[in-house]
Amino acid sequence: MKKVFSRPLYLKENIFHYCAGCGHSIVHRLIAELVDEMGIRGITIGVPPAGCAVLAYNYLDIDMIEAQHGRGPAMATGIKRVLPDRVVFSYQGDGDLAAIGIAETFHAANRGENITIVFINNAVYGMTGGQMAPTTLMGQKTTTSPEGRSPALDGYPVQISEILSHLPGAAYIERCTVNSPASIVKAKRAIKKAFQYQMENRGFTMIEVLSPCPTNWKMSPIDSCRWIDEVMTKQFPLGVIKDIAKADSGKGEDSHAG
Amino acid sequence: MQGNKIIGEAAIRAGCRFYAGYPITPQNELPEYMAENLRKVEGGVFIQSESEIAAIHMVTGASAAGVRVMTSSSSPGISLKQEGISSMAACELPGVIVNIMRGGPGLGNIRPAQGDYFQATRGGGHGDYRTIVLAPATCQELADLTMDAFDLADDYRTPVMILADGMMGQMMEPVVFKEPKPRHYPESYKLQGAGAGKSKFIRGLILDQLEMEEHNWKLERKYQVIVQREPRHETFKLDDADMAIVAYGTAARVAKGAINRLRNEGMMIGLVRPITLWPFPTQALRHLSERIKEFFVFEMSTGQMVEDVRLALQGYANIDFHGRPGGVVPTPVELANVIARTYQKKNGNMKQL
Repeated sequence: MKKVFSRPLYLKENIFHYCAGCGHSIVHRLIAELVDEMGIRGITIGVPPAGCAVLAYNYLDIDMIEAQHGRGPAMATGIKRVLPDRVVFSYQGDGDLAAIGIAETFHAANRGENITIVFINNAVYGMTGGQMAPTTLMGQKTTTSPEGRSPALDGYPVQISEILSHLPGAAYIERCTVNSPASIVKAKRAIKKAFQYQMENRGFTMIEVLSPCPTNWKMSPIDSCRWIDEVMTKQFPLGVIKDIAKADSGKGEDSHAG
Repeated sequence: MQGNKIIGEAAIRAGCRFYAGYPITPQNELPEYMAENLRKVEGGVFIQSESEIAAIHMVTGASAAGVRVMTSSSSPGISLKQEGISSMAACELPGVIVNIMRGGPGLGNIRPAQGDYFQATRGGGHGDYRTIVLAPATCQELADLTMDAFDLADDYRTPVMILADGMMGQMMEPVVFKEPKPRHYPESYKLQGAGAGKSKFIRGLILDQLEMEEHNWKLERKYQVIVQREPRHETFKLDDADMAIVAYGTAARVAKGAINRLRNEGMMIGLVRPITLWPFPTQALRHLSERIKEFFVFEMSTGQMVEDVRLALQGYANIDFHGRPGGVVPTPVELANVIARTYQKKNGNMKQL
């Protein structure tokens, strides 16, 4: 009998500490599958963030160095400039990337660093208990926006992928999600493409993943997946936002929709 | 050659291959030198970073990737780098940080000062750690200690700080660059991709408190070895002295000038100049206190190193202090007059120079 599905070779046998229904474990799995399928496990260096994914090295069987909060792109820059033939990625949450580390993210993109950022957008600070993030939606209740995010008090959700897409150094930016088998396949394809672009020295690549956080959203995993489709994608439309290989890229059309 | 450029040249000769930094006066000639010269060296990387914070984390990444690294700044910028310095200490990654001090606190001014002594010698960032701190007082020492800093960083896998000031950075003196030491350091910590082998990770986050405690003690054992092995100091005209000035860096240069004048007036005064500020030359001072009972600390601050002198002498000698904070560098004559008043008060013989 042909084996069609198994534990990825480079996913360690530790049990995920993530909550039920969390997107992190899915994205970890995709990375583990990709470094195997692309034959790059031995040359890949990952930079996990401060946040829920800080222990990513417990799961991914690749070389990793943890970054201070928001500093992943700076650290990845240092590694990549010294070892330009390695595949270097930074794995970051929305607070890490779009708040405390926005300068590092913006300027890594602007320098066209040949690194990839895997950006997990779950619209809250997960690890610290569900505070308002830069990507928290309008009206969304969090522990620090108890009445719901208000533009007057809290400003607006940051569309960081769209912002970075304007920088000439950004080669490939796509927004995906992992709330269904089909969307997971698309997300994997996007991360693969980002790694490929990086290996071709095409510049900065980032894959934003809209990721369920049932615990802090106070929803069931299934409702969380539904909420991504029905609410979150209205603010953060899925699709390729920037692709230097395509002159007409932009405006969030879905590259994989037939 | 100018002080800031000497540091750059010494770093390149010591094998520094990655520099990241952000402009701030009075150290700009150093990043400028690296931009021009480090990029000419094979494998040399210079990045003008978007911030001081980004610079220290770029340097941390490059250090993990296995090359000798340096960043530089001046006082307010060094405050911003503390997150990364703490992280380097935690992760046991080598690197050299240059602080060309200016007046503070806050934005202060761009004049030479020594107000960052506490920050440099007490770790500076959060958590239980220390950084080795080297305090050059001549351009020749800027060259020598910069090269030594890279060796110490690799020997102990810890961040090392060069603590100089705006005067040292801007000063010009002839300099001879020494041959770099051959390097034999274990490479197992380097993060370069797992190849076909076992993957590894570098981390500072240790959630289990007992494991974290053990990591703290491991670092502390290393720091104790440094305390035993690495203190350095210079003495000047101390053999027949009955009073010792204690000063470092630019302040020590002024003190030497003052001592030469005071000696001409028959006052038996010498100098102890700490070269390592951490580890502080505690034992050397303690030995001196068996013979010399009058110490006079001069700093370009309101008094920071004087606390380490008190800790070293433990009440076995008298300590007077004179400080000029805020970017003021007194002339040797001004300092000599202050020292003379103290000296003569002790010896009951008042006389103006």
